[in-house]
Amino acid sequence: MSGDPLLRVEGLRMHFFTKAGVVKAVDDVSFSVGRGEILGLVGESGSGKSMTGYSILGLIDPPGRIVDGRIDFDGIDLTRLDAAAWRAIRGNRIAMIFQDPMMTLNPVLRIDTQIIEAVQAHADVSRESAIARAREALVRVGIASPDERLRAYPHQFSGGMRQRVAIAIALVNGPDLIIADEPTTALDVTIQGQILFEMQKVCRESGTALIWITHDLSVIAGLADEVCVMYAGRFVESGTVADILDRPLHPYSRGLIDSVPSRNERGRPLRQIPGMTPSLLSLGPGCPFRERCTSASPRCVESPDVTEPSPGRRLRCFHPSA
Amino acid sequence: MLAYAIRRFGQSFFVLVLMSFLVFVGVYAIGNPVELLVNPQADDAERIRATAALGLDKAFLEQYWVFLKGAASGDLGRSFVYNVPALSLILDKLPATIELAFVAMVIAIALGIPLGLVAGLKPDSILGRGIMAGSILGFSLPTFWVGLVLIMVFSVQLGWLPSNGRGETVTVAGVPLSFLTADGLLHLAMPAVNLALFKLSLLIRLTRAGTREAVLQDYVKFARAKGLTQGRVIGVHVLKNILIPIVTVIGLELGSVIAFAIVTESIFAWPGTGKLLIDSINQLDRPVIVAYLLVIVTLFIFINFVVDVLYSMLDPRVRLGGAASH
Ligand SMILES: Nc1ncnc2c1ncn2[C@@H]1O[C@H](COP(=O)(O)OP(=O)(O)OP(=O)(O)O)[C@@H](O)[C@H]1O
Ligand code: SF4
Ligand SMILES: [Mg+2]
Repeated sequence: MSGDPLLRVEGLRMHFFTKAGVVKAVDDVSFSVGRGEILGLVGESGSGKSMTGYSILGLIDPPGRIVDGRIDFDGIDLTRLDAAAWRAIRGNRIAMIFQDPMMTLNPVLRIDTQIIEAVQAHADVSRESAIARAREALVRVGIASPDERLRAYPHQFSGGMRQRVAIAIALVNGPDLIIADEPTTALDVTIQGQILFEMQKVCRESGTALIWITHDLSVIAGLADEVCVMYAGRFVESGTVADILDRPLHPYSRGLIDSVPSRNERGRPLRQIPGMTPSLLSLGPGCPFRERCTSASPRCVESPDVTEPSPGRRLRCFHPSA
Repeated sequence: MLAYAIRRFGQSFFVLVLMSFLVFVGVYAIGNPVELLVNPQADDAERIRATAALGLDKAFLEQYWVFLKGAASGDLGRSFVYNVPALSLILDKLPATIELAFVAMVIAIALGIPLGLVAGLKPDSILGRGIMAGSILGFSLPTFWVGLVLIMVFSVQLGWLPSNGRGETVTVAGVPLSFLTADGLLHLAMPAVNLALFKLSLLIRLTRAGTREAVLQDYVKFARAKGLTQGRVIGVHVLKNILIPIVTVIGLELGSVIAFAIVTESIFAWPGTGKLLIDSINQLDRPVIVAYLLVIVTLFIFINFVVDVLYSMLDPRVRLGGAASH
């Protein structure tokens, strides 16, 4: 990997200013994604993965606000863009796919309308050539008889099919980066595998970078180049997929890996991380993981800084496991 | 679609017959019209003659049977008071009522949907709160009171608007219409606003609730993630979804606006069916009451049918008459 990465998120903070208090949904998160690379963004439910993705696209609604940090995308700081400039990037250079395919397509609009509008939002092309692109995108994600499918409504599709359509919409403008927010969690296992495989293939073919958001480390293993782990809105550790899976340094990543059923240690009882994710509302200073951490020491009431134990590896912990 | 229409027609027919029976029982119970119709000095012989002439000497079921036979050939009886066919009396007055209801509904829709959208998109803004406060007022102030205040202010104090009648009309295809003349429009303004107020408040709330729900949906976020303009996200993705319940309610309310224009028509002396009904009830003019209610029910049925068709056009998940028809 040479040159600047495609996307570099640096010290991102996104807070919700609610009546009950400030919810620090994303609190100092940094990672980068190279061109054509796949980054796995991992963490438990509520750790701020989706909000990180929405922040990159400028889709945060009040009372949420990006309060600090940079999002450098191909030399542009996205956090400084006005609404129109951000809109020109959304769906064009950065696309997003959501978790629940039953909810992402508009139920009252035909598939062709929903793809064509995505094309025409960014390119001044005729309806015919927009349809041609739509057809092409559907074929790429493995949808047979695209012409017939284009005239259908979402309710005439299965969940897996709908997710394919959503992926086709994300691909249709040839983006540099796709943010996939747990796009297979709502699907059954065989379909999950197919979609995962196709997504990977299409991205490799077109050189599209991918941020794959998931809470499931086993999905990441065969997919990602790099992994970034989040906990309670904070960056925890990052590195190559081999580094993280084989030599996790942070106690939380280690706990996550130990709770995945593994291939070569059959019969070993699964270990669960004890305790629960803390409420983001009452989160004070210090390492947010310390209540559940087996390596915690008195020092952990302070916040650890991000360190770089080896090149390309970043970590936020006072007592990394060797 | 055809099978659906036929089934619908059958159901409607049944509703009409049932309705006519209930109405018949009802008006039978409210009193003997002969007492009001004949001269108080008249002797018994004359009363008996009058009773027989109106067909009121027959048993209840026989009267109903005579009515049904007449109804089958389009005859809903003759007005006791005016001695003309009850149906033609109503059809004479119906255009005025429909015009009033229609203009009121247009006002309610043209203002209610945009205001509801604004209130739904910016619920915490001053404008959003103001719109909601206004709609609460529109809901809770009684129609007749608002009507009287309107007359006090715009007719009595300011002298800007006339307070009764239809004003000048133009006859289009045999139907007199007020909204095509300047004078007619002046006459329409207050009664239409008065009648619209409640529906306007209803539409504001409905649109606002629908908008607030829709903007949280993933498909809206996904539409924004495509880089669509705010106008397209709201105008197409949000509006098309919230329009489904709104069209249903508009349809149902259009029926009730026609049926319940009575209060407004009485206040502004609008010569429509509502006023006719009140007069007929006072004079126990049974055939007119029965005919009025049947006409209104028929209108309701027709409007519901149109709403169902519109609904199926708006919502692709609904197909009339089962899965086969595309
Ligand atoms: N509108 C809001 N107001 C206040 N807090 C919010 C709001 N939306 C989200 N949050 C909080 O932000 C935090 C991060 O949410 P996020 O959806 O990013 O989690 P996630 O990692 O994607 O989890 P999941 O795996 O469940 O999707 C959550 O704790 C949530 O409670
Ligand atoms: S900083 Fe301390 S509490 Fe936090 S993960 Fe590391 S050892 Fe555990
Ligand atoms: Mg999420």
